[in-house]
Amino acid sequence: MSFTTAQIWTVIIGLGLGSFLLRLSFLGIIGNRQLPEWVLRHLRYTAVAIMPGMITPLILFPQATGGALDPVRISAAIATIAISFLTKSAVLTIFGGAAVLFGLHFGIG
Amino acid sequence: MTISRDYWQGFKDGSPFILLILPFGAVFGIVATEAGLNIFETMGFSVLVIAGAAQLVALQMMLENAPVLIVLAASLAVNLRMAMYSAALAPHLGPISWWRRGIVAYFMVDQTYAASVLKYEQNPDMSHGRKFAYFMGVVTPICPVWYMATWAGAALGTAVPAGLPIDFVVPITFLALIVPMLRTLAHVIAALVSIIGVLVFSFMPFNLGLLAAAVLAMMAGAETERRMPRIRGQK
Repeated sequence: MSFTTAQIWTVIIGLGLGSFLLRLSFLGIIGNRQLPEWVLRHLRYTAVAIMPGMITPLILFPQATGGALDPVRISAAIATIAISFLTKSAVLTIFGGAAVLFGLHFGIG
Repeated sequence: MTISRDYWQGFKDGSPFILLILPFGAVFGIVATEAGLNIFETMGFSVLVIAGAAQLVALQMMLENAPVLIVLAASLAVNLRMAMYSAALAPHLGPISWWRRGIVAYFMVDQTYAASVLKYEQNPDMSHGRKFAYFMGVVTPICPVWYMATWAGAALGTAVPAGLPIDFVVPITFLALIVPMLRTLAHVIAALVSIIGVLVFSFMPFNLGLLAAAVLAMMAGAETERRMPRIRGQK
């Protein structure tokens, strides 16, 4: 990494300030006003609209393997989804998924 | 008395996320240290940004020596969802004082948003003050643990053996959040459109494909709900 200290802090402060303004946006402006039903209907799907897309490339094309499909990571992802369906617990899912990931890593190498 | 009960209810509902925040924060601390950031820079990210995914994107692009403006654009694009969270929380927390809204904005992360919106939708009669107390209750076990986990990860950073698939703890963490959201057909369709969209739009630079996919997925979810009112999730 060839970033200078000043550049690193520019990224940190810029990202921090920008994120804060994004978080404040509607909360700061809207105040008491009620949002229309069609807006609320769309907002119900924000998290489920962005998070699956965010992790899809991380699962299919991990940077650690140079973007190649990795049987260990794919299997761990499938196991994690299965554990989540079966246990309905985020904590059990994370630790179960991590156990499968590292188990396969050391098992298959 | 009610306010205090709401705070502790939030604390209780937020506590399980500690087990999720711990590995996530530690992953960032480890990855940042291995990238060459010192402890102040690593902590600067986690204290000033508090958004693991965006922090990891910024770090990745810095490693690739992208220009500062591109690093900022890509990592802020990942955080655009915060504006959507802000809009979703506005009907519930909009009426509280401006400095309290500033505090909510600073602590608005995936977990505090998700837990609070669920609570507010299930209890539409809660007062704004009680909703703020609940939010701060959820924040208490989550955000301080985020700082400490980052610090621990940075301190341990050099001790992690090379070659471990530690990067993959991030998608596992997100899967644990996503699967429980798939409670109606509309949510499932939104998730599928998001996955297919990000692959189709992968030619777009700087995470713009993710944003395009997310907008389409939101519209697909909302349209499914509108056409099938009987299977609608929470109002």
